[in-house]
Amino acid sequence: MEKNNKRFKLLDALYISMMILPVVCGIVLKVLTTPVSEGISISGAKIFFTISLPVQDLPITESQVHSWLVMIAITGLCLFLTHGIKEKADTKRQHIAEWIVENTQKLVNGNMGEYFSGFAPFIAAILGLSAFSSLLALFGLYAPTSDVNVTAGWAILVFFLITYYKMKCGPLIYAKSFADPPLLAPLNIISEFATPLSMAFRHYGNVLSGSVISVLLAAGLQGLSAIIFGNLPGFLGEFPFMQIGIPAVLSIYFDVFSGILQAYIFAMLTMLYVAGAFPAEEFFRRRATINKSK
Amino acid sequence: MELAIGIILGCCALGAGIAMIAGIGPGIGEGNAVAKACEAIGRQPECKGEVTTTMLMGCAIAETTGLYALVIAILLIFVAPGRLVDILVETMEKIK
Repeated sequence: MEKNNKRFKLLDALYISMMILPVVCGIVLKVLTTPVSEGISISGAKIFFTISLPVQDLPITESQVHSWLVMIAITGLCLFLTHGIKEKADTKRQHIAEWIVENTQKLVNGNMGEYFSGFAPFIAAILGLSAFSSLLALFGLYAPTSDVNVTAGWAILVFFLITYYKMKCGPLIYAKSFADPPLLAPLNIISEFATPLSMAFRHYGNVLSGSVISVLLAAGLQGLSAIIFGNLPGFLGEFPFMQIGIPAVLSIYFDVFSGILQAYIFAMLTMLYVAGAFPAEEFFRRRATINKSK
Repeated sequence: MELAIGIILGCCALGAGIAMIAGIGPGIGEGNAVAKACEAIGRQPECKGEVTTTMLMGCAIAETTGLYALVIAILLIFVAPGRLVDILVETMEKIK
């Protein structure tokens, strides 16, 4: 028992370090790679290095690396919460884990129906990855969701899922769904591609607009404090007093509230689109006839 | 040459400003949505949770058009001037 206990604590420490180390790594990487510069600038994700491939070069950017860090951190969190799990919940972490699982299951069952109850882990993964990616901005790191490539990747994944479930009754039904009023077929095809586009731009635009406004406000406050306190002697004149506290209030809205809300909306839209794409009546009618013929 | 670059920069900034007029639409739409949600909560206070989540969801979707305008404005401010100036310089060299 004693030995087991020691091993348990050691694994716990490993999982906790798996949660914390990625963030520390990100901060160290940022400190090492960002050149010292005066003033505030708005720029996209930095490119760390480029892998040359035959068709097109593959740049490894800040947003990619940061989303890997977020994935490692979430894996550590999940392992920590489910470590030492028992049939009867008696620890705090197991209660938290059960609360998360039950609520996601309830959300998925309520929005998508019983047939899609297997989607709960996927939805939870999207929700967690998106929310924690946006929250990474709280550490002063580049949020992966403010890069359109990351959110577009997720949106394309969702687009494939939608198409897969539309095809569930064969390609004929899928083709027929476009020509619902036959004259509007081109518009239906355009709206098919507008779905992932709007999902990607919605999430990216919300997070990016928050960070741009935060940066503009910080720059403005620097100028304002230079005007007000500029005449004070020495260090007091240079220190941006106005920057203390005020940007934090905006950060609560833009980084915390908006980031989590966008994660929720992305997951919600995924559920609604996938469930809406599935021709349930036709599918169950066919399955019933097949079962009967057996 | 300087005049041409100046016109490019100025027109990009103007275009970004004009693009953000699209912010009016989502503003009106979201205001309406929130007003109706307040009415609904006043009528049926027990549905507060559901009404709020549905409203936030609808607000986020109504915001999309505004965000398209924002993306265009950001492109016009941060991306377009550099590219347009590059194109101008290239064509001037070709003419010479």
